[in-house]
Amino acid sequence: MTKENRSLQKKEPLADRRELREGLRAGLPIGIGYFAVAFSLGIAARNAGMTVLQGFMTSILCNASAGQYAFFTQVAAGASLLEVAVMTLITNARYLLMSCALSQRLAPGTAIRHRLLLGTDVTDEIFGISVARPGFLNPWYAYGAMLASAPFWAAGTAAGILAGSLLPARIVSGLSVALYGMFLAVIIPPARTNRVVGACILAGFAASGLADRLPLLDRISVSNRTLVLTVVIAAAAALLFPVKEDTYE
Amino acid sequence: MNNIYLSIVVTALMTYAVRVLPLTLLRKPVRNSFLRSFLFYVPYVTLAVMTFPAIVETTAVRAAGIAALLAGILIAWRGYSLITVAVSCFSVVLLIEMAVSWF
Repeated sequence: MTKENRSLQKKEPLADRRELREGLRAGLPIGIGYFAVAFSLGIAARNAGMTVLQGFMTSILCNASAGQYAFFTQVAAGASLLEVAVMTLITNARYLLMSCALSQRLAPGTAIRHRLLLGTDVTDEIFGISVARPGFLNPWYAYGAMLASAPFWAAGTAAGILAGSLLPARIVSGLSVALYGMFLAVIIPPARTNRVVGACILAGFAASGLADRLPLLDRISVSNRTLVLTVVIAAAAALLFPVKEDTYE
Repeated sequence: MNNIYLSIVVTALMTYAVRVLPLTLLRKPVRNSFLRSFLFYVPYVTLAVMTFPAIVETTAVRAAGIAALLAGILIAWRGYSLITVAVSCFSVVLLIEMAVSWF
């Protein structure tokens, strides 16, 4: 720990504990939402033939909705380890940006152990409430939010795998669709204000729908198709419509 | 896939790397315009590709999936919360599949 950081912490000895408490409070509603999302994700894991333990492990280690969903489709398709690695990189690429933005909000000289710990659970929600804090982020605030929410994510996944086999087919089919509904809730609202994002989404729908029907293309596994289409469309959008400096702040 | 646990470790490590590397190494924002733009567009495209046509293929009744897709887009467009959109899609599928089984 640097001298600077030590003096920062000495100023308010109880600050960390207070931040932790506030984080816990902010994290609980997130956790409840996580349980519901993770439950649908658990059904996807179950369809991929994963056990409760395997699904629980994936969730507790990853804390990533779209990334994990992609991983489960890969498990179902019998993808290689290299394919899993590349796919995980692509489906979680947005966290790269969030972590870059988050790193700007840490006090200079924040200990490396805090940076390593924070990196375990940068999700859309934790990122959202963390960057919304005034001034530098106290890592303990984020830890509180993680502690209150991450267990629900893993528990929800396990519950989805367990209960998925007990629920009537109709409910399971509804819950699988609910997961896609959550994806829509993430991508559609920004399309209202950003036309390029809207065009990207439409291009994604169209290309993916076509790839499903065209001969040859339909032989590529679903997960590899996601990978190829994402890289091609996002790269084309980036070349044609570069984003301004502060778009992801 | 030869070992499921090994693949879980691979996906977990890659997920962690994506998050922890900027926090530990990059203390400055990404400057490269293409890379920054690419990373900005990736989540939208990848979620769109994963959603369609899968959403209309998971349901027992195809019309239920199509209705859920349209309802989801409309409700998300109106700016309702993630949970509201998800519950709406769920309800649409349930109602349509129940209705179809009655006729």
